Amino acid sequence: MNVPTLAQLQSEGKSPEVVFWVGCAGSFDDRAKRITRAFVEILQRASISFAVLGQEEQCSGDPAKRAGNEFLFQMQALQNIATLHAYKVTQIVTACPHCFNTLKNEYPELGGHFQVMHHTQFIKTLLKEGKITVRGGAFKGKRITFHDPCYLGRANQIYEAPREVLQKLDSDLVEMKSCKSKGLCCGAGGAQMFKESEKGTHEINEARTLQIEELNPDIVAAGCPFCNTMLTDGIKAKQKEEQIQVLDVAELIAKDLD
Amino acid sequence: MMAYLPNVIFLLLLGFCVGLFVRNCKRILHSIRLGKPIDRSTDSKQRWKNMLRVAFGQQKMAARPVAAILHGIVYVGFILINIELLEICIDGITGSHRSFAPYLGSFYSFLIGSFEVLAFLVLLAVILFWIRRNIIRIQRFWSAEMKGWPKRDADLILYFEMLLMLLFLSMNATDSLLQAQGYPGYMQAGFFPISDYLYPLYAGFEVEQLVILERSFWWLHSIGIGVFLNYLYYSKHLHIILAFPNTYFANLEAKGKFGVNPQIKNEVQQMLFPETHSSTSSAVPEKFGASDVFDLNWVQLMNAYSCSECGRCTSVCPAHITGKKLSPRKIMMDTRDRLEEVGQNIRKHNGEFKSDQKELLHNYISTEEIWACTTCNACVDACPIEIDPLSIIMEMRQYLTMEKSEAPNELNAMMSNLENNGAPWPFSNQDRLEWIKN
Repeated sequence: MNVPTLAQLQSEGKSPEVVFWVGCAGSFDDRAKRITRAFVEILQRASISFAVLGQEEQCSGDPAKRAGNEFLFQMQALQNIATLHAYKVTQIVTACPHCFNTLKNEYPELGGHFQVMHHTQFIKTLLKEGKITVRGGAFKGKRITFHDPCYLGRANQIYEAPREVLQKLDSDLVEMKSCKSKGLCCGAGGAQMFKESEKGTHEINEARTLQIEELNPDIVAAGCPFCNTMLTDGIKAKQKEEQIQVLDVAELIAKDLD
Repeated sequence: MMAYLPNVIFLLLLGFCVGLFVRNCKRILHSIRLGKPIDRSTDSKQRWKNMLRVAFGQQKMAARPVAAILHGIVYVGFILINIELLEICIDGITGSHRSFAPYLGSFYSFLIGSFEVLAFLVLLAVILFWIRRNIIRIQRFWSAEMKGWPKRDADLILYFEMLLMLLFLSMNATDSLLQAQGYPGYMQAGFFPISDYLYPLYAGFEVEQLVILERSFWWLHSIGIGVFLNYLYYSKHLHIILAFPNTYFANLEAKGKFGVNPQIKNEVQQMLFPETHSSTSSAVPEKFGASDVFDLNWVQLMNAYSCSECGRCTSVCPAHITGKKLSPRKIMMDTRDRLEEVGQNIRKHNGEFKSDQKELLHNYISTEEIWACTTCNACVDACPIEIDPLSIIMEMRQYLTMEKSEAPNELNAMMSNLENNGAPWPFSNQDRLEWIKN
């Protein structure tokens, strides 16, 4: 895979239209790396002029802020803003709703004003503009349900973009009992991903898995690397991984590209 | 002189009830003003719309249709029937009887008839509410924080409303019987489609006894309203007033946006860019985050007084659903209880708060609750009057992490990874592009 960094492009005197903000999960987590690669495949197929920050990218600061460390959050944010400003970045797309929310909503007050898109919004535009097309064969007739990430859905009121993208797959799009603004959290948000949960009767991802099982889909479509991990774990714990796959919206589209 | 005694008693009672209500309002306002400033003055057009939609129009109640219909009946009934309060006051003060009737003619009959139908529907709705709460025992009404006063409060409100509606209908029933008999002072006025059915109850009474009954119902109904008005201060029923300012001053920004602390911003800028940000421009914040009601902003404190303890927030909270201690409703109830305690303390010490060695955090809200939150915003979304428990949880996390360095160990590990290598995991930043390779 050949992906330019902003530094490389700058040395060639070029600048990309859009920066792909990969995020820490997308960079380091083995499962999430596959999502990153799938989205890059889509970007390349659409001949989008894009670049990544590579080693110059730092955590957006979301987990620090949600863990109560406003200080550390702002350190991360101000460093990232300085880097993005140095490259005169205006447009950012990311496959992580946490990065998306932080960059879009929390960076402006610190001086970072960018046009930030979630990758499902970006893919929707690519499909609409005909820059990519899907065959509609790879998942024909499959039951697919979309799990709303809290930081995409309730936090930013984006419910339709991922669903519109999934509809192109010619599959059977079904909804869980709790969806859209009523969607149940996977359990990872608010820095919970990085700690054991408090004492309770069961785990939040188990609760969500129960709702998934009720619907019995072939595929759970995710739009967040953390949701992806939580739901994959929940389904594995129920030994249902043979029947129910957890795939990111980008992976689904990448597999069905024309 | 004696003829004016009822008028005098009525005036005194009216003055007392209104006076007490004003005192209660002042207490609430004083407590809300203990909060820190937050600017919610912008975008007033959007705010009015929000209030009309969410509070006046009860839009968010629709998520639960049965409760929405029952609540809608009680709400409409409450507002419309209280139009009669004006007549009651004039009658009480002047000693007249149904003083609006001569001016309104047949419209008066229409009004009274409508009030009766509404009163009946309210009675029915309130009984159904009671059944939902006490017989069907809907789960969200039986969580841990609903034991004791909150449970009694909820039931008391329902009994109060039942009683007021029954008194209203009984008053009309006896009145119309006296009208039929042409008793002096009871002119023909009104239309009584519901209280008609109560006639058999009072058919056996002498006319003088009927007068005593009618007067008793009238007085009890009037006094009942006065008592209910002043009960609000002690009750979750306060939402009938505060839902309106609460929705007006609600957060209009994206729910995912958590505010930036400007004082911390100055400090961080000085650290990162000392050449452009001089240290003279800012003061070090006196305290990070919130551990008591004084650290919260006034909207958060108003939220606490507005909460109707319906538990929609708690019933959708992923932490609560999976048996964790966190309940967003409890966060709001605790905040109100602590705020009341602080208010009493201040009144007792002539306007000055004397430390009671207590705080909202630890004494009311445990750290276990604070750390169980996933910040998913389900509670904020579910609240029918736009209360934001999440903002309180987040500020308490800031206090624990920055002021006390008491974040859970795993989170401290995550944060030191962030500081050392810019990622929450212990991976080298050199490897950020490894994903390209395989």
